[in-house]
Amino acid sequence: MTAKTMDAKTTDAAAAAVTPTRRPALGGFSATFLVMEIRRMLRNRRTLVFVLVMPPLFFLLFGGANRGQHLDNGTRVNAYIMISLAVYGAMVATTSGGAMVAVERAQGWSRQLRLTPLHPAAYVATKVLTAMALGLLAVVIQFTVGAVSDVRMPAHVWLFAGLAAWLGSLVFAAFGLFVGYLAPAENVMQFLGPILAILALFGGLFVPLEVLPHVMQQIAKFTPVYGVGQIARSWLIGESVSGAAVANVVLWTAGFGFGAARLFRRDTARV
Amino acid sequence: MSMPVTTTTGTATAVELTGLTKTFGPVTAVRGLSLRIEPGEVVAFLGPNGAGKTTTIDMMLGLARPTAGTVRVYGRTPAEAIAEGRVAAVMQSGGLLRDLTVAETVRMTASFFARTRPVAEVLERAGIAGIADRRVGKCSGGQQQRLRFAMALLPDPDLMVLDEPTTGMDVEGRREFWSAIRADARAGRTVLFATHYLEEADAYADRIVLIRRGEVVADGTAAQVKALAAGRVVRATLPGADEVALAALPGVDSAEVRGDTVLLHATDSDRVARHLLTRTPARDLEITSRNLEDAFIALTADDDAPEAVR
Repeated sequence: MTAKTMDAKTTDAAAAAVTPTRRPALGGFSATFLVMEIRRMLRNRRTLVFVLVMPPLFFLLFGGANRGQHLDNGTRVNAYIMISLAVYGAMVATTSGGAMVAVERAQGWSRQLRLTPLHPAAYVATKVLTAMALGLLAVVIQFTVGAVSDVRMPAHVWLFAGLAAWLGSLVFAAFGLFVGYLAPAENVMQFLGPILAILALFGGLFVPLEVLPHVMQQIAKFTPVYGVGQIARSWLIGESVSGAAVANVVLWTAGFGFGAARLFRRDTARV
Repeated sequence: MSMPVTTTTGTATAVELTGLTKTFGPVTAVRGLSLRIEPGEVVAFLGPNGAGKTTTIDMMLGLARPTAGTVRVYGRTPAEAIAEGRVAAVMQSGGLLRDLTVAETVRMTASFFARTRPVAEVLERAGIAGIADRRVGKCSGGQQQRLRFAMALLPDPDLMVLDEPTTGMDVEGRREFWSAIRADARAGRTVLFATHYLEEADAYADRIVLIRRGEVVADGTAAQVKALAAGRVVRATLPGADEVALAALPGVDSAEVRGDTVLLHATDSDRVARHLLTRTPARDLEITSRNLEDAFIALTADDDAPEAVR
């Protein structure tokens, strides 16, 4: 930041004397902006259908059909399906949230923002928080529908499974941002939707991984949904969280986060 | 070049470009452009497409990094000037979210600044208070442009930069847009606008900076720029005129004889007129200045353009 120190010499006195508050605090980050962004997302019908309506609908179809059945270890099947679909809803939500930057870059909004004091980091932070807010809503709605339709679990399982599904979806907020900075396209979710569905399959969200062929089970362990799915269900199944699952979540979040950060820097660099 | 000085009385030069150069690979878009704009001036950046106007504006706003040279806006770097809300810009196209309403767009933009004018006020001044609840995607090109103007008014900037702001507007929209800008500039704001419409430059700017191939080729009032390009044309009825002799008169650049009519392109039209009326039987004498369009063509044509004047 040599430019900054150099300018400080020439402008410090004037700026301090005349206008001490001309720059926004926190790089322009504000609750106003965040709330408006969340409202914007909630106005998008496509997003709402894929995030808040379809996963609970799947649950009512498949969970309802398996009502009263138990897995080998005594776990109720509908609870297993509910948690899996909560993870799925949250991951679609946060991917959509992150991928909003693709639409905004395509519409030239990102460039417009550079003519305002909003710091790029404040913009990205707002995008991540918006994505996570929608992810939380997806989990809450899925769990509410589950509770109403006969899912019974101990309180701590509701809490930890919900938190894991929600916080684990940070992987996909990073993934959405990564894709958003990779492809400035308005229809980015149209090709991300099928990709998310395939990843969810490998993550054991639609069917238990045990029913897949052995080779696919081995591959699945290295795909980005696997970790969050395993962790979210571990309290229900009564297993401890495996190191492999945690490593999976951490590495994929770091990988997508790093990729998004690199692309973001390329995007905001002046040409 | 000494460091630009910012004084506490706020009398810094509004814009100071020094030796600004920008190359894109083998193409030089802007070459060694220097320019000073004082506070309160309304300046037109006039030039044909591809002259380097937008590239220069991008560097002025910090959207592009100069290959060489420096930019100072009120003594600051462009990034600082933007962070402090001292400079605002209306860009040519894009930069709006179609799913927001007009008022939401302005409210969201306002949230990025430390302090702004009230949202209702800028909507009013940009003439879009009546469509505040309309989705941006449903607004006409002219309405979207006035929305961009409203957004630019928010920080109450010292310098307003407009890059071809009326492209795609109809005549009525253009007139309304400019009356809003003009009313605003009367309050003392510095305004710089790029245009390739000559009449806009002529009608709305105090000063015209003519740009060709990334260089300033003329700089002055509309009248100065016109005079610079063309001088004047002296036309008279003079039967049996000798074209060669007329062309050789002092103050005449070129002469043309069409039957009984002579057309003399003159840098010193008074002297030529005096000669014709006192030393020859010339009658029906007319002196016309060429219009800005002629000046524009003459100055931005590819061959040797006249020297810039200050």
